[in-house]
Amino acid sequence: MSDNIQGKVWKYGDDINTDVIFPGKYTYTVHNYAEMAQYALEDLDPTFAKQVQTGDILVVGKNFGNGSSREQAAICLREAGVSAVIGKSFARIWYRNAINNGLLAIVCPAAVEAIETGQSIAIDMQQHQIIVNNTAHAFAPFSQTAVDLLNAGGLLPYTIQKLQAKTDSN
Amino acid sequence: MPATFAQKAIARAAGLEAVEVGQVVDVRPDRVLSHDNTAPISQTYAKFGQDFIPNPDRLVITLDHAAPPPTPAHAKNHTDIRKFVAHHGIEHFFEVGRGICHQVHSEEALILPGQMILGSDSHTPHFGWLGAFGAGIGRSEVAALWATEELWLRVPETVQITLTGHLSPYVTAKDVSLHLIGSVGADGALYQAVEFTGAGLRSLSIDSRMVLPNMMAEFGAKSAFLPPDELVFNYLAPRLARRTGMSITAAQAAVRENVLQPDAGATYSAHYEINLSAIEPLIAVPHQVDNVKPISEINNVKVDQAVIGTCTNGRLEDLAAAANIVRGKRINPSTRFIIVPASSEVMQDATNLGYVADLINAGAIFGPPGCGPCMGNHLGVLGPEEVCISSANRNFRGRMGEPSAFVYLGSPEVVAASALTGQITDPREVMA
Repeated sequence: MSDNIQGKVWKYGDDINTDVIFPGKYTYTVHNYAEMAQYALEDLDPTFAKQVQTGDILVVGKNFGNGSSREQAAICLREAGVSAVIGKSFARIWYRNAINNGLLAIVCPAAVEAIETGQSIAIDMQQHQIIVNNTAHAFAPFSQTAVDLLNAGGLLPYTIQKLQAKTDSN
Repeated sequence: MPATFAQKAIARAAGLEAVEVGQVVDVRPDRVLSHDNTAPISQTYAKFGQDFIPNPDRLVITLDHAAPPPTPAHAKNHTDIRKFVAHHGIEHFFEVGRGICHQVHSEEALILPGQMILGSDSHTPHFGWLGAFGAGIGRSEVAALWATEELWLRVPETVQITLTGHLSPYVTAKDVSLHLIGSVGADGALYQAVEFTGAGLRSLSIDSRMVLPNMMAEFGAKSAFLPPDELVFNYLAPRLARRTGMSITAAQAAVRENVLQPDAGATYSAHYEINLSAIEPLIAVPHQVDNVKPISEINNVKVDQAVIGTCTNGRLEDLAAAANIVRGKRINPSTRFIIVPASSEVMQDATNLGYVADLINAGAIFGPPGCGPCMGNHLGVLGPEEVCISSANRNFRGRMGEPSAFVYLGSPEVVAASALTGQITDPREVMA
């Protein structure tokens, strides 16, 4: 997890569900992670996947990622180059999927209010703040479990480490 | 300290005496659920470098989401899963046509009161109908659970919902769910658990009870709980005996063995009271489940397709209600009436009881037991700007096919009445 993130903002509204983030018709046929990027937000904003740049930041309202448990709804954003998602609140399975796949998901309603689409903003992971137009908005630090998962690079390497530790102690 | 059901169930699964709200603990669930997504999960599992699965008896796998497969790619997905199941000797595997995972595991008594089931399906809170702790997780988390048998959970706050009164004719548990989600919002229980209580609950059948925790996924809930009673024990015990070969006496004891009830005086983050007698038929209007309106406000909405099915409303009671409404009549010729039973058992019972004949005689089309067109894979996807009334749980844009289509949600009674008239219709009007 890097300490400082800067990026250009794509901003959307409340209650964006996993069907518009990654449509259901692709869920059992598209298994390649890189390919998932081209369907990101397809039914919300068809221009997003074509124009998103590596490092861009997604800013969303409340209950982002509600609906299906599909993990592709987090992976497709990471593969599209999104460096972080800042929201008013996240649906819990989507939040777990994001952290488990090394995608930063930050709850900060005040920053969401202040940010406009197309703006460049900065996230300071050390100070737990988001800087918008030289104003800092604080967010709550991640739980230790989330920090461990993000530092490991996601649940996959984290689990491999855990299995390795178990084998070594036997 | 008095504890909620969620606290007790998580403490049990974590092997702890007690847990506090907000605490993050590692739990060992009794069952781990997956379905058509088992193929990509097995690919993730292969990266762990561990060729065996410890205690494969924990795994419950069902082919239901795109079953039978509509394309060669979907067929390969199933083929990969069958190879995985054979390689690891997975006992609890259910083939194409057996039904929807949540319905099948209930019918097979694969999860019992007080136990925990985690699954890569967002409707896993379903198992709260029998007093189990069910929660949805991601695909990678299922792979991790297969490998290490444990996963982190945060102990949630709990929202308490008290049901009083009795449902009126042609008003259902679906309407109760829509009432709650519509009045509080789709994030009403975000990061939280839900507990139902109250005398109104006792008046609900098993099939109706299943609707409530299932729909709590659309309320943002991590899990949902209904207190199990004799009705639940007597549903589960013969099924457990049938599956395992144990005596009915032993099964009656087994289904009661781990029952957990919340303590009086437990702390709740919110409390809502619903008088069942005051609920009217409701509709969730496109494209959000919390966009709920009384059916009296839905006028002249013509429907191209009417669907009864899914883990929310594809059970015997739902088919019986639909058959009762269309019996001896013909559906509107410009409406397709698609019925997808939630399981082979539902299909068999509905056939034996004559409901299937009633529905087919009225013009209904039957799909094979499974998830049907709910999430746009097959068996009734929608074309551009088509309108569908469905007994499913989600009406999101693009969910059932074309993003320009419109999905309205209601009870099976409303769907059947709408199939008759060709527009969204209050069942009380056609039965008057």
